Amino acid sequence: MSWATMLTTMGEGMLRTSAIFFLTVLFSMPLGMIVMLLRRSRFSVVRWIMKIYIAVMRGTPLMLQLLAWYFGPYYLFGMSIRGYRFTAIIIGFTMNYAAYFAEIYRGGIEAIPNGQYEAADVLGYNKVQTFFKIILPQVIKTILPAITNEVITLVKDTSLAFALAYNEMFALAKQIAASQTSFTPYVVAGVFYFIANYLVAFIMERIEKAFDYYQ
Amino acid sequence: MVLEMKGIKKSFGQLEVLRDISLQVSPGEVISIIGPSGSGKSTLLRCATFLERIDAGEISYLDVPAVTTNAQGTAEYVGNAELRKMKQNFGLVFQQFNLFPHYSVMKNITDAPLHVQKRSREEVFAEAEEILKKMDLTKRADAYPCQLSGGQQQRVAIARALALKPSILFFDEPTSALDPELTGEVLKVIRQLAEEKMTMVVVTHEMPFAKAVSNRVIFMDGGVIVEQGTPEQVFENPQQERTKQFLRNYQQ
Ligand SMILES: Nc1ncnc2c1ncn2[C@@H]1O[C@H](COP(=O)(O)OP(=O)(O)OP(=O)(O)O)[C@@H](O)[C@H]1O
Ligand SMILES: [Mg+2]
Repeated sequence: MSWATMLTTMGEGMLRTSAIFFLTVLFSMPLGMIVMLLRRSRFSVVRWIMKIYIAVMRGTPLMLQLLAWYFGPYYLFGMSIRGYRFTAIIIGFTMNYAAYFAEIYRGGIEAIPNGQYEAADVLGYNKVQTFFKIILPQVIKTILPAITNEVITLVKDTSLAFALAYNEMFALAKQIAASQTSFTPYVVAGVFYFIANYLVAFIMERIEKAFDYYQ
Repeated sequence: MVLEMKGIKKSFGQLEVLRDISLQVSPGEVISIIGPSGSGKSTLLRCATFLERIDAGEISYLDVPAVTTNAQGTAEYVGNAELRKMKQNFGLVFQQFNLFPHYSVMKNITDAPLHVQKRSREEVFAEAEEILKKMDLTKRADAYPCQLSGGQQQRVAIARALALKPSILFFDEPTSALDPELTGEVLKVIRQLAEEKMTMVVVTHEMPFAKAVSNRVIFMDGGVIVEQGTPEQVFENPQQERTKQFLRNYQQ
């Protein structure tokens, strides 16, 4: 196999890997917000459901969750799962990462001293203004390092999609390595993950810098 | 009356923190509230500023009622929109300043006048400059709270409250979080406001300050007003045993 063929094949894998990555970020970050709000709901039933959801998402392997999302509909309801693979992967990643993001958001919100809400209240800000002008900017600043960690983990976790025999980059690297008895595909994969994470770290650092004007 | 509180009752669970407190503040008056820890001083200010809801009693600002008591004896607040409007009548300066750390000094001061009161930019900024000058902070307008000393931060907090043109300013131990050498600069600006006839209610442990600036001193203990009067009456000639004891302990 020539370098060109290998890189083209793996390039397709990279696109699939990137798709998993971006779609997961796109869906799980807002979903995490909703989970966090429900987790802080006035109703204890809702709080408990969210607690259990978060505990399961964090307490079981993501690979197992992916398998459950993919095969679950078939085993539970006898549904056909043809053509459902990619959707299952995105659902699995999104549900899992939303739980982690929810806890990060919650930590950030709870770190804001009550005095900030009270000052805003006495100055006459309404609830929406208080949240968006006073609380949220401070929350974002405090949670950025944790978000960076989580996003970097996600870059690497995308390789778990191979458990559903999805041809993302890592799965392809493995196939090529086996058929060519070569280690090179793994090196290429490693370089890809490294560069991707380097970019993530670079971008996040830029964003963190933008919040550096106060401490 | 700028503020009228009548028969205020407030409990936290089983704990009765305010038992039947009444307080009237007329324009230009400066009132100091003194008393031992846990006597309910902060709670009284927090009830006056709607940070806590009272159980029973009446509160009105400029003769407009915000809270009334119904036939069953429980407090009834006006609607949320009206209550928010009532908040424009007062300002509160916290012990811990509670400045917005992500806003510059100038933005801390101008943001609420611009976005809550929706006043014009020119007017708001011109006034903010004035207030900063009065607080001796002109040079720090672009600084962030974390770059300021405690005394400067508290003066920014006072400026922020003043910028909304309140009819009355509350202070809850404005110098308690400060190093001793910084209390002076904060007390100085409060004294200056007193000279300008700003109506103020100050919870404080600074007895010489209370003596010097207030028209009236209130001694609270156990959720009631034990004694009140001019600084001379309360400090030089207290009538109640509890007041005497408190002041005695204080001198040691
Ligand atoms: N949110 C709350 N929940 C329960 N108890 C409270 C709450 N706030 C205050 N208390 C209690 O109410 C009592 C009065 O508190 P408050 O803070 O009004 O006293 P204070 O006179 O301001 O005292 P200090 O001089 O220490 O500031 C205290 O016993 C306090 O523990
Ligand atoms: Mg107090």
